Amino acid sequence: MTTLESPPSDNDSAFDEPVGKAGDKVFFGLSFGAAALILITLAAVAFFLFIQGLPTFTGDGTELDGDGSFFAYVGPLVFGTIYLSCIALLLATPVAIAVALYISHYAPRKVAQTLGYFIDLLAAIPSVVYGLWGITVLAPVISTSMFPWLRDNLGFIPVFGSDVAIAQSGRSTFTVGVVLAVMVLPIITAISREVFLQTPRLHEEASLALGATRWEVIRQAVIPYGRSGVISGAMLGLGRALGETMAVAIILSPARGYFWDVLTAQNSNSIASNIALQFPESSGLEVNRLIATGLVLFLLTFGVNAIARRVANAGFSGADG
Amino acid sequence: MSLTTSTLEPDLVPDDGGGRDPMTSGSLDGAPMWGIRLGSIALGLLGYVAFGSVNWALWAVIALATYMVATLLVSRVVESPRQATDRFAAAVMTSAFVVVLFPLFSVVWTVIDRGSNRFDWEFYTSSMRGVIGEGGGGYHAIVGTLIVTALTAAFAIPFGLFTAIYLVEYADGGRFAKAVTSLVDVMTGIPSIVAGLFAYALFVVLDDVPVLTALSTGVGHRSGLAGAVALTLLMTPVVVRTSEEMLRLVPNELREASYALGVPRWKTILKVVLPTAVSGILTGIVLAIARVIGETAPLLVTVGITADVNWNPFEGRMATLPVFAYNSYKFPTLPPEASIDRAWAAALTLVILVVILFSIARILSSILKPKGLK
Repeated sequence: MTTLESPPSDNDSAFDEPVGKAGDKVFFGLSFGAAALILITLAAVAFFLFIQGLPTFTGDGTELDGDGSFFAYVGPLVFGTIYLSCIALLLATPVAIAVALYISHYAPRKVAQTLGYFIDLLAAIPSVVYGLWGITVLAPVISTSMFPWLRDNLGFIPVFGSDVAIAQSGRSTFTVGVVLAVMVLPIITAISREVFLQTPRLHEEASLALGATRWEVIRQAVIPYGRSGVISGAMLGLGRALGETMAVAIILSPARGYFWDVLTAQNSNSIASNIALQFPESSGLEVNRLIATGLVLFLLTFGVNAIARRVANAGFSGADG
Repeated sequence: MSLTTSTLEPDLVPDDGGGRDPMTSGSLDGAPMWGIRLGSIALGLLGYVAFGSVNWALWAVIALATYMVATLLVSRVVESPRQATDRFAAAVMTSAFVVVLFPLFSVVWTVIDRGSNRFDWEFYTSSMRGVIGEGGGGYHAIVGTLIVTALTAAFAIPFGLFTAIYLVEYADGGRFAKAVTSLVDVMTGIPSIVAGLFAYALFVVLDDVPVLTALSTGVGHRSGLAGAVALTLLMTPVVVRTSEEMLRLVPNELREASYALGVPRWKTILKVVLPTAVSGILTGIVLAIARVIGETAPLLVTVGITADVNWNPFEGRMATLPVFAYNSYKFPTLPPEASIDRAWAAALTLVILVVILFSIARILSSILKPKGLK
């Protein structure tokens, strides 16, 4: 990946000296080439997905199941993707913030370091493992204990109350939401902890000097400083949840269409999980259609990440201290 | 997720933050708080004795709820309202932490427990070739995972490292550098399955170009190389990010001292900058490998699965541990228990690999740290 053509000249280097000039040129060429390759790679991603997705629209639609309309096909998938991710985020974010605050401001320092390491490790556990855990351990437990309780006591909330029977197997939107929450929690926690720890010491000491309690220090100094970091951490978690494939593919029992109920066995699938489930058995135009849905997912996560970066860059106005 | 740890000392935030005059109000520090905590746990136990059934979830819910409410009420009575809010907040955060430990430990425990059923010699020495039913193993998948990951590392490390060197050492904040930085951000956010689809699409097109038939991947466009290309797309931005962060930490004085001695720029980078940052860079690289080694979705679409060992990444399907785990679970052969046990053994192997990589990262970062920066 680093074989490159003739390196561009290094005119603006202030240290162009006869000694080692060739070495300088080669080294600059390599690094410039690598940076340029980033641009080329991303252009290639968009280009090849587009080229391979395009036949969905130009090809013979009768080859496909359904009415062959791409938007009728991708609509429920987009809905499912966003719905699952939002459930995960709603469950994970408050807990992640509390855990991050616990690690950064409550736990003893030695313990906090170990906990931070443990959280990082959990963020690196492969998603297929979380998927297997979700279907083997979590689904049976919450479908027998929590599902009936939610339906009976919180049935007045439309997504819980349902005429359709609850999924006995636990292969429902709610279970996947919980598993995704467990998966994104380490990510949001790690980023939040990082920003909470960066709170300027003077801000905290100023607050303490005014007689604030620990909670008041957090409310006055830590949270205002870390807010944008937490939001961008949550958005990164959302980006991860949107693209999460294996846990959804293993646990969810999918159906075609838009389904709001979270406890039933009929659920809207996510784009990524649909690709993983369909791809190995697809051929011809079906493959092209799956690639086109992949492009939609790419644009979706791109949008979310762009917002996350904008929030992160907005930052804390007094952060120079 | 950088590797820097807290510089905040715990005693910065004293336990009995202000607002309370110890002369006029009581204090819950020490023994009384532990009384509340232990009392809550005991009450949770009583709760399930009364209901007559063992329900750990209910016990945890009762104990944590009691802990939070009791802390708030007792502190309000004995101490001041502000103090009560403070203690309540601490109770909420501690409870959140305890709640999170349940699923996370459950994941780790389940993997160890179920994975140990087939954590035997046969699993690590035999493939699935000709295996129907019980027996067999993940040797072919381990070989595949190691080959694909090694190829990925061979692509992504120079690619990412040189990009980082360009951004830190050569770019002067120009338009091009800004574009590269933001595109690295975009790359970080690419969903793994999309990376897989890209590699698939790329190799479908490459196969149709006559000149490139040397790279041809045979039937179905599946090969270890395609998988490595997909993973490279995921690993490179991580390498760029961590290396960039580490290179920026190298003090400028070191570079200037080297220039002042007449050392050319490339030699300065090679002999001064990189050695100074090497511990951070290597740690970042190892962690990046840990991230991609468990990727399932991109390998599912690019590498596929097979029952036999395939040493050639340029041709034909290959088994990899994550896909092997997924496939064994999703499409079990009879009896299903044997397949599912193999899936868990593969999952356990993956987790062990991740833990090993994390330990290597930790050791590297401590032994390679330059003496002056310790």
